[in-house]
Amino acid sequence: MADLSINLAGIKSPNPFWLASAPPTNSGYQVQRAFEAGWGGAVWKTLGDPILNVSSRFAAVNFNGQRVAGFNNIELITDRPLEINLKEIYETKKRFPNHAIIASLMVEPKQEKWHEIVKRVEDIGVDGLELNFGCPHGMAERGMGSASGQVPELVEKQTYWVKEAAKTPVIVKLTPNITDITATAEAAVRGGADAISMINTINSLAGVDLDTWNTIPHVAGKGAHGGYCGPAVKPIALNMVGECARNPHINVPISGIGGISNWKDAAEFLLMGATGVQICTAAMHHGFSIVEDMIDGLSNYLDEKGIASVMDLVGKSVPKYSDWGDLDLNYKIVARINNDVCINCNKCHISCEDTSHQCIDMLVDDNGKPFLKVREEDCVGCNLCSIVCPVDGAIDMVEVKQPLPSMTWNQRQATIQKFLVDRVAK
Amino acid sequence: MSNITGGQISANLAENFQEIFKGMTKTEAIVEANRCLYCYDAPCITACPTGIQIPKFIKKIASGNLKGSAKAILESNPIGASCARVCPTEELCEGACVLNNVSKPIAIGNLQRYATDWAMKQKEQLFEAGTQNGKKVAIIGSGPAGLSAARELSRLGYKVTIFEAEKEAGGLGRYGIVSFRLPKEVVEWEVQQIEQMGVEIKTNTRVGVDISAQQLIDQYDRVVLAIGMGKVPNLGIEGEQFNGVYDAIEFIKSTKTSPLTESVVGKKVAVIGAGNTAIDAATTALRLGASNVQILYRRTRNEMTAYQFEYDFAKQDGVEFRWLTAPTRIVGNANGEVVGLECIKMELGEAGLDGRQKPVPVDGSEFIIDLDIVIKAIGQSRYTELIEAFELNHTRGVVEVDKETLKTSQEKVYACGDVIFGYGQGDAMVVSAAEQGKEVAKAIHQSFKLISAS
Repeated sequence: MADLSINLAGIKSPNPFWLASAPPTNSGYQVQRAFEAGWGGAVWKTLGDPILNVSSRFAAVNFNGQRVAGFNNIELITDRPLEINLKEIYETKKRFPNHAIIASLMVEPKQEKWHEIVKRVEDIGVDGLELNFGCPHGMAERGMGSASGQVPELVEKQTYWVKEAAKTPVIVKLTPNITDITATAEAAVRGGADAISMINTINSLAGVDLDTWNTIPHVAGKGAHGGYCGPAVKPIALNMVGECARNPHINVPISGIGGISNWKDAAEFLLMGATGVQICTAAMHHGFSIVEDMIDGLSNYLDEKGIASVMDLVGKSVPKYSDWGDLDLNYKIVARINNDVCINCNKCHISCEDTSHQCIDMLVDDNGKPFLKVREEDCVGCNLCSIVCPVDGAIDMVEVKQPLPSMTWNQRQATIQKFLVDRVAK
Repeated sequence: MSNITGGQISANLAENFQEIFKGMTKTEAIVEANRCLYCYDAPCITACPTGIQIPKFIKKIASGNLKGSAKAILESNPIGASCARVCPTEELCEGACVLNNVSKPIAIGNLQRYATDWAMKQKEQLFEAGTQNGKKVAIIGSGPAGLSAARELSRLGYKVTIFEAEKEAGGLGRYGIVSFRLPKEVVEWEVQQIEQMGVEIKTNTRVGVDISAQQLIDQYDRVVLAIGMGKVPNLGIEGEQFNGVYDAIEFIKSTKTSPLTESVVGKKVAVIGAGNTAIDAATTALRLGASNVQILYRRTRNEMTAYQFEYDFAKQDGVEFRWLTAPTRIVGNANGEVVGLECIKMELGEAGLDGRQKPVPVDGSEFIIDLDIVIKAIGQSRYTELIEAFELNHTRGVVEVDKETLKTSQEKVYACGDVIFGYGQGDAMVVSAAEQGKEVAKAIHQSFKLISAS
């Protein structure tokens, strides 16, 4: 069995699956139940000056009968006194010394506030700190969370203040509610962050009730934007992790967060540069026991691939993630329909005909049987037909070898540039 | 299992004995697995006699962890691939599914089959024997109960030897359940998984003939009796010696052991009894080409022990049912061949000890059915001689056991499976036999722990 233990900036845990700072990590009772179920670590629900919460806090987006494709919340940071949280952290750490407990912190952007909370939390014994610069609702209106996380200077300065006082590794959690996350990631690194984690939730409104015209959720008839997470945000998070992982100025480990629901999602984040992952929505949907299959599935995957340690997976796909200008313009794939497997729903035809490149013909054979055929010379290899196809193996996207050698847009532009310069020189 | 559909009978007999349900496609399995709610404290787990962690194995199908899924199934049920095919799921896991009242229950049996079929194709050894503890256990019988006990004992470190009278291991699953529901390859794989753990199976070895009961007791630390049941008893009517009278178990067995013959083609067949084996025998006869097959039962549909899905399947295949009909005499010709069956109409009278109304003959209602073949499926006899060779307390061949430990009246001898089924004790399902095998293994292990602790 492969070694699943990780070391993220000095924080060790028996496996890469941590519970993210969120409702599941609100108390010692919950975190201890999670560790019993097998979670490798937990980022405690954000500590700070206790706040007041509203009632009616969560909402979910269902998609075609599947519940919780996305999840939205307007809950704030912990509403329990700091002393109680610290006492429970102490008790939990004592019971589970080998599991990672990371304290998520959020205070006003003042040096002394950060120094004070860092000292109090570290005195109790945690494995690391995570600075919540991401929470997009409520706290942001008070100048904390994503309000400071959207300003690179504030990220850098506050990280620096924390590092002045901290003895344990400091993870900076970033908000996705920003045009380019590498800007704040770089700021965190400049401030001395030992690691970064992403993404926090995305500004969202889950829906509007068509009978009452209230927002979903609403609090006494009024709503406010929440933070969006769950399976729907995974591609956004994965891109942000990949962008940071391939950025040479961001040379700290990444804790990946955002829509991770099973071991496969986790493995993708690891391949794209995350050293470990944090999970919330999937646990909220199904309970802590889901970690069992995350561990078992990842372990079986590593064994099958002959990989001894999960750490060997980290970042393996990063070199494959690049810019559009580096993609080979002479690479060509086309769709091939396997008529033996095809069930003739014609979805590929209509999606291509109406919305792509009009290259799938509806034909009838000599026996009067309808079939679909791709005109490969007109196919641009967009993948749409294979995406809408409901049957595995009915459409293959196959590479067609091209006579021309590989050439990227950047190479092409450079060649043209060179040609022009040469001509001028002549 | 329950979604097999009958009625597709070919003139090519071999085709009729191919497994009917081909299994779920990947698309079907993934859609269905994602429909599972992953209930907490799920009622399907409680409803499974072996306690398979059903939501867990289904979640693993959804996540693409098929190895983990198969292991989760087989962890709880060493013959989980067979059970995926033969369990009366609507009476067990699927019947308990919370979605019954919301949409439709999850197809748990078919998902179990999907995961175990995947494992079968991999040919990977899924479980390993525990560190040898120096203790030896003899198991008599390699059916569901014996195999299950062997797997569990082997994991606990016992050196296990199975004694099997037949040529191949697998018992009822190997010989007694029709190929079109349970192909022999499935049982062979389950046997192989257990053999590869180091369990020795001595086939063609009949305890009481090739080795005595006493020798086993002397040579092994514990003995597990998992011998199941024997032949179908005689009907106790005139004419049972005629050619064309068969034992249902033997009749089914012949289709799993030797090439299919044309001997039943065009024949008129009556099956006596309406249990699981009667259904298998009747559908087998039709699939062997019989022109007409009737099931004769002295009670009514309400009292029959066959499952609803088996009844539906038999009807689809074209089996006719004659309720309240009991055979009184088999009619033969001068060549000693069956030519008919004299029957009498019955009516239901007072309730018997088992709570079921007793059938009573209607005087003067005798009639004769023209027939070529009579198949007896009125239950199975007991291996009383062997039970007595071990000097075990028993009630007409049903071995008495302690409810908790499944220990017999003999200190070193345990029993599980059909050999303990009857008179309110045990349960006849394959899946129950598998569970009892596990229980015996646990109890044996516990017995040694108690000794070492004292």
